[in-house]
Amino acid sequence: MAKSRRNFLKTAAAGAAAFVAKPGIEGAQQAEAPVPEARVIDRPGSDFMLDVFKSIGFEYLFANPGGSFGGLHESVINYGNNKDPEFITCMHEESSVAMAHGYAKVEGKPVLTMAHGTVGLQHAAMALYNAWCDRVPIYLVIGNTLDAQHRGGEVAWVHSVQDAGAMVRDFVKWDDTPVSLQHFAESAIRAYKIAMTPPMMPVLLVADTDLQDDPMPPGANPHIPKLTLAAPPAGDSGAVAEAAKMLTAAENPVIVAGRAARTAEGLRLMVELAETLQCAVIDTYQRLNFPSHHPLNLSMNPRAALGNADLVLALEPGDLYGTLRPVRAQRALKLITITAGDLYIRSNYQDFQRFTESDLAIAADAETTLPSLIEAIKRQGRTFQARGAKISDAHQQAMDQARQLAAYGWDASPISTARLTAELWAQVKNEDWSFASEALFLSNWPLKLWDMNKHYHYIGGKGGAGIGYGAPATLGAAMANKKHGRFTVNVQTDGDMMYAPGILWTAAHHHIPILTLMHNNRAYHQEVMGIQGTANRRGRGIDRIHIGTKIDDPFIDYATIAKGMGVRSEGPISDPKDLGPAIRRGIQVVKGGEPYLIDVVTQGR
Amino acid sequence: MNHKDTKTLRNAALALCLSVFVFPTVGRAQTPVDNGKKLYLKYGCYECHGTVGQGAQANPLAPKLAPRPLPLPALIAYVRKPAGSMPPYVSKVLSNAELADIRAYLASIPEPPPVKSIPLLNQ
Repeated sequence: MAKSRRNFLKTAAAGAAAFVAKPGIEGAQQAEAPVPEARVIDRPGSDFMLDVFKSIGFEYLFANPGGSFGGLHESVINYGNNKDPEFITCMHEESSVAMAHGYAKVEGKPVLTMAHGTVGLQHAAMALYNAWCDRVPIYLVIGNTLDAQHRGGEVAWVHSVQDAGAMVRDFVKWDDTPVSLQHFAESAIRAYKIAMTPPMMPVLLVADTDLQDDPMPPGANPHIPKLTLAAPPAGDSGAVAEAAKMLTAAENPVIVAGRAARTAEGLRLMVELAETLQCAVIDTYQRLNFPSHHPLNLSMNPRAALGNADLVLALEPGDLYGTLRPVRAQRALKLITITAGDLYIRSNYQDFQRFTESDLAIAADAETTLPSLIEAIKRQGRTFQARGAKISDAHQQAMDQARQLAAYGWDASPISTARLTAELWAQVKNEDWSFASEALFLSNWPLKLWDMNKHYHYIGGKGGAGIGYGAPATLGAAMANKKHGRFTVNVQTDGDMMYAPGILWTAAHHHIPILTLMHNNRAYHQEVMGIQGTANRRGRGIDRIHIGTKIDDPFIDYATIAKGMGVRSEGPISDPKDLGPAIRRGIQVVKGGEPYLIDVVTQGR
Repeated sequence: MNHKDTKTLRNAALALCLSVFVFPTVGRAQTPVDNGKKLYLKYGCYECHGTVGQGAQANPLAPKLAPRPLPLPALIAYVRKPAGSMPPYVSKVLSNAELADIRAYLASIPEPPPVKSIPLLNQ
């Protein structure tokens, strides 16, 4: 099929060349003669591919354009009328995937993402790895030309690959290279189903250029399979009953949650579980697993919670070994784990963390298991109110201490991260807000000072700790929040922004409302501290630790960068008294449906 | 070592202690507080503990240092051989006299305003 099309185009091109070569008056006569035209390609395969994607229901396509998926690109904007999915122009493939990462954590499902084969996928790889570690479904389609005869020139050759998925196969859950449209349809539906089954992770589909560009054979009518998502895996009933017995028998059980709640219902169930047991909760905040100001939340003082614990229930934990390290040698501490991480694990990348001994391990999705676990606990018929009262006191003490600590450096310049967080909270607390960025580099102040109680109030961090996630992921989250009328806030670290600042243009071009406050500490601050530590441990002094770590000489003017990308902005602001009015101005712009950036010069942490 | 030697040594040690703990800025035009602030920034203490010693609450957890720093002997002992993620500053890099001035700076930082007086912390 491809061969015949190419032969036809070659013949047509030769005819056109001959026509152009004839000079003078003959040319005028020939202008009235029938001119041979290239036959248009009717029913290209990429139209059908788009039909498949439309059957899945993708809202957006996040992509930086690339020739190897040009057929699909054209189908999206013309055949599909650029609606469901709508093409969102990204300026880096890493940004495309990171945007999809943030979107999925708010919306609970993937958008469509596409990338050029080879170099585009190489750009996208780190963002895929972040999503893999963060257990987030990403649906990525790349182009590739498998047939060597059809690679048109040097660039097409260096951008073609024998096994396109190989480069990222260690950190995608499934990939495929379909060789027919029927194969494509089945693999596309299968890919979505796999991505959405816990543990949720990225999938990769390779769309061959011939398959995209060749017309469908006359009479061909490939079938689009029905999408039926798999019911997520719930814990074995016997194991759940045993867990309930252990939890009700414990003197001081503690819940440690990492990525347990990914929906509103998940968050509600977590509250019900903790209130039923009247036990402390340590949220390690890879998601918002528990309301930040709930009286049973002891995340601000995990040592206090674990110091008295005799049983830990770990739900989709992250670094559980590290969380329990301070109390591990203290005495016999029983441990129950419920995690889909036990259902799927790979060898090469070590994101599974250090092995942690447990007394009962339930291989299941925690959120799906919560209803049966709560029911089993309630059947035990015990109440624990006195325990809850003590935890509530400890929670209040931790809250009071946090506010006290926030007062230190209140008027400092550069502006303290506590002050920035409090100024922002004062302005957005009455909105339906979503704090889409990570709190870690802000000394976790938002998790202490903000009353977070909806799943989209906080969506955790990078997953794989790969820098370059923040700016695009928060924009993806803002796109998910937009149709719900939510107000999205991003406190944006400076180093992360500079990985792919073109994200600002995407925000302006597509009118995505998001308020960005630069956390501009003018350094790769984590690395500053790291190199400082290394130099000191070697007794060499720190005179040169700025080399390779500081972002100064010159300072970067983020407000000007934003303006250059079409985003309204102001700053740099280094006097804390100027911050509140600036935030008020920004909120008005964002409420009008546009992005706004405020450059804030901040303390390191 | 005879008695005279012991006495001489003791006097020398006393002189050293006085130079470190009592007269740390002899020969310098600026006050210990001013010099301490410069040194606090120069030696990167602020990178983890903040420019006014307010500390950081995560990654790494760096305790607040001001306005009530450790007593100088305890501060010196800790800086030379710290615990946790704090890196050591050996005397070759940071002298006792410099530490004394840094401590003077930290001690000079005013107490923060009461939380009740800050509306933004009472929302």
